[in-house]
Amino acid sequence: MSNVPAELKYTKSHEWIRVEADGSLTIGVTDHAQEALGDVVFLELPEAGRQVAAGEACAVIESVKAASDIYAPVDGEVIASNQDAVDAPESVNADAYAAWLFKLKPANAGDVAALLDTQGYQAEIANA
Amino acid sequence: MAKHTPLHAVHVAAGARMVDFAGWDMPVNYGSQIEEHHVVRRDAGMFDVSHMLGLDLEGPDATTWLRGLLANDVTKLHEPGKALYSCMLNPDGGVIDDLIVYYFSPTSYRIVVNAGTADKDVAWMRQRIAASGANVTLESRRDLAMIAVQGPNARDKTWAALPDMRAASEGLKPFSAARIGDVLIARTGYTGEDGFEITLPAARAEAVWNALAAAGVKPCGLGARDTLRLEAGMNLYGQDMDETVSPLDAGLAWTVDLKDESRDFVGRAALVANPARRKVLGLILEDKGVLRAHMTVFTAAGEGETTSGSFSPSLEKSIAFARLPLGVEPGGVVEVDIRGRRLKARTVKLPFVRNGKALV
Repeated sequence: MSNVPAELKYTKSHEWIRVEADGSLTIGVTDHAQEALGDVVFLELPEAGRQVAAGEACAVIESVKAASDIYAPVDGEVIASNQDAVDAPESVNADAYAAWLFKLKPANAGDVAALLDTQGYQAEIANA
Repeated sequence: MAKHTPLHAVHVAAGARMVDFAGWDMPVNYGSQIEEHHVVRRDAGMFDVSHMLGLDLEGPDATTWLRGLLANDVTKLHEPGKALYSCMLNPDGGVIDDLIVYYFSPTSYRIVVNAGTADKDVAWMRQRIAASGANVTLESRRDLAMIAVQGPNARDKTWAALPDMRAASEGLKPFSAARIGDVLIARTGYTGEDGFEITLPAARAEAVWNALAAAGVKPCGLGARDTLRLEAGMNLYGQDMDETVSPLDAGLAWTVDLKDESRDFVGRAALVANPARRKVLGLILEDKGVLRAHMTVFTAAGEGETTSGSFSPSLEKSIAFARLPLGVEPGGVVEVDIRGRRLKARTVKLPFVRNGKALV
């Protein structure tokens, strides 16, 4: 059974989002996603300063099996990406919620409210 | 409704991640595919390959009929139990399937074909028997299970688990098999490592699987099987060749035997009329990323295409097979289009890895 922490927000495309104290968003892929992907071997992450739109493919995660896009959960600007995860892609399998991928400064703080909560995401993966 | 091998319940109970493979519900991994890969390169792992189909061919015309069916020549086989890898071609020279044929006598053979092609293979063979009037019988052995035990310690651990198989299998040379009652134990595989492929009655499969596990042989899924065969330079049917591809363009010219000019096997005329137009080389990605099937390769001699690609756990780099213009040589640098970016790769002779050692 996949781990779905209560304090995070989620997307249907299996990203998790943590709202930080300063309003920025930290984004990764869920435990369910890493399990489905299998061993992660390569990450391509967006550079700081890039403007992204909600639903825009802005990163790539490659497992032994296949390549998958990672989507921006809301409109915003990329303010950081996690070089440690790029250097050790297997850290996504080890702990998908510790291995964050990039941080966004959302264009509209209110957009976060529309993302899935724990129950919503659990229902999503139960139906998958 | 997906088909189940005799070991299906064992995989599910072990928590394997199951996927559809050619209509069969099969384990892709039992946890980490990369760990399973390393276990086979360093110790001993086992695969349920019962989805493949064994066929018994018997009868006075068996040898003559196989010489007309297969691109490789079964008269190379003299010692009982000796195995031969061959393509079965259509009249245009395309590959209907690749298979292993075991020789027991000039009137008795076991053929092992791929799961995804089994039905069409049997239909084709039966049609060829009917058309030729050959005095042979062909029996599908879906009553059998197959377990591949692979790795440097595979044979020792098999003997520890199954001591009654030791005497018959100890002296087996690579690509040879022995029959022990209704069990066939072959020193063959699809990983580039030593080991056995054990064919046995389905009813005994679970007990043998559990005995092997108790002897320290780790269950491995189809995911690791794919990266192992890729490193070992072994083609996968449906990916590296199919009915539209000549074995001469799929790196399989070594399996086509044209020596006996009087042997008129299916596809021979097409192969003679259409010499190789492509060669298959390995690619090792120099830049960061992962090679996959159907990526365009740019070379000084023209464009080519990858047919299989993945991450190599042994080399810790991405590798691929590429079908390239004949002028491309190993040791060169080419470019591969990976989602719109052109990344550098080195061309190498296959295989990448054999018996636990990197060759590139």
